[in-house]
Amino acid sequence: MEYLTCNHMTTQEAFYSYIVRLGDDSLILGQRLSEWCGHGPVLEEDIALTNIALDLIGQTNNLYELAVSIENKGENIDQLAFLRLEKEYENLLLVEQPNVDFGYTIVRQFFFDVYRKLVFEALCNSTDERLAGIAEKSLKETKYHLKHSSEWVIRLGDGTEESHRRVQEAVNTLWKFTDELFFQDEVDQNVIELGLGVDNSNFKATWNSHVEHVLTEATLTIPTNSWQHTGGRKGIHTEYFGYLLSEMQYMQRAYPNMEW
Amino acid sequence: MSTKNIEELEREFQAKIDADIKIEPNDWMPEGYRKTLMRQISQHAHSEIVGMLPEGNWITRAPSLKRKAVLLAKVQDEAGHGLYLYSAAETLGLDREKSIDDLHSGKAKYSSIFNYPTLTWADMGTIGWLVDGAAIMNQVPLCRCSYGPYARAMVRVCKEESFHQRQGFEIVSLLANGTPEQKQMAQDSLNRFWWPALMMFGPNDDNSPNSAQSIKWKIKRSSNDELRQQFIDVTVAQAEMVGLTIPDKDLKWNEARGSYDFGTINWEEFNQVIQGNGPCNKERIDARRNAKENGAWVREAANAFAEKRKKKELTH
Repeated sequence: MEYLTCNHMTTQEAFYSYIVRLGDDSLILGQRLSEWCGHGPVLEEDIALTNIALDLIGQTNNLYELAVSIENKGENIDQLAFLRLEKEYENLLLVEQPNVDFGYTIVRQFFFDVYRKLVFEALCNSTDERLAGIAEKSLKETKYHLKHSSEWVIRLGDGTEESHRRVQEAVNTLWKFTDELFFQDEVDQNVIELGLGVDNSNFKATWNSHVEHVLTEATLTIPTNSWQHTGGRKGIHTEYFGYLLSEMQYMQRAYPNMEW
Repeated sequence: MSTKNIEELEREFQAKIDADIKIEPNDWMPEGYRKTLMRQISQHAHSEIVGMLPEGNWITRAPSLKRKAVLLAKVQDEAGHGLYLYSAAETLGLDREKSIDDLHSGKAKYSSIFNYPTLTWADMGTIGWLVDGAAIMNQVPLCRCSYGPYARAMVRVCKEESFHQRQGFEIVSLLANGTPEQKQMAQDSLNRFWWPALMMFGPNDDNSPNSAQSIKWKIKRSSNDELRQQFIDVTVAQAEMVGLTIPDKDLKWNEARGSYDFGTINWEEFNQVIQGNGPCNKERIDARRNAKENGAWVREAANAFAEKRKKKELTH
């Protein structure tokens, strides 16, 4: 690893943050999806959602392993996952949004899957072989997730009046978190420069047209109100996040420094 | 073709059973055999599905990434077991949705153990160790059950259950060898689950009205008390290995029997739990009923969409 300085940040620091952010997205969405376990609308979907959660927790594991090997701060992956403060998690606001109902869960997943597929496709060419390897494995999973969420968006959108209304409401509510998928700061600039990470501004148009294509087939519309919320990548979260963390961190906080 | 009378058919059926020939869905079978199997298989399926809840309760609070992943995978396996058991019941003409409605109305039963709460992380270990352990004792003989589809489903279920049992024991032994708080957590969990686990094998043989017929039909291959004894003998040694104490002051090795003697099971508690008065009966059924009700619009949408697509294809 070269130690180049750019915008007050070493490459190592930037790459570390970049990987942790990818891991945080997987972890928080995996945590949210696992809330469905045992409560799905039909047994097959219970299994599907749990399976996606499992893939995401697996990705988290691989990404955090890479992060702690990049910058050894004496922490292990479970400390990263369970012992940071709220503002130290830098996941997208989209993934921390509550499940609400199956429609919200599917729309949140769909917006994320379209983005994630593009990210992993590009990361397969990362100059860091370890990250490229993780991307390749995760891409396979993400393609399945996207197929699943796209099919459900179409089914629900073009299903009954009620399902259409519910899923359109989910699209309207969650749309304001989609600009953040393309957020960039010095972390991104550093890793893009060295080909370690991806320039997500390159695939904004692809994301838009893919989403539009599926929503149109689902007879759904993209909201016209375009006010957007960001903050997750800077550690400024929505109110839901503190509750998610208190549940997720409970054991590590109540019983510190133990093996499980 | 000559029409055989019912006695002849029953005789031929029993001859097949005695010769260990598997009964398949399209074979003739006595109504009692079909009913017993439908009851047993659907109860088993319901137990898998309701059984997802006490463990699902800890997925969002699992203490490490590894434990979270393993628990997710385990609960997902249980959903899968539920699925193929419902399919096995369908081969007997029992509709899945109807069977689920019977569960929700209280008409159909499931294993009483899942009406106990999971209060600490150690319960994830204890459930794997004791509950899956007891389930294996019950289910391994079912791999030789006379009804083909059930026997084949059990082969697969048992493979996964044995993995579940091992991961449970691993959690328990880690805790038992951990800090004083962890050891206490494990012991407390064992104290709560030991007796309910013994109840999983069902009433004593002299109080088990359906057992004799089931054994004759080879739906059941060992008696409740035999399986319970087998479970105790194996598990006591495992508890000793990790330094935990079985909460039974009457537990004693009986040299002559080559087995452990043990205390009296509180059958009144067992009956109360079966009748719906356990600590979590209402919560478990409410959770399942809510899942079905809250998911109704999703299932309706999927059906409506499929209908629309079918029409579209026809007009094109």
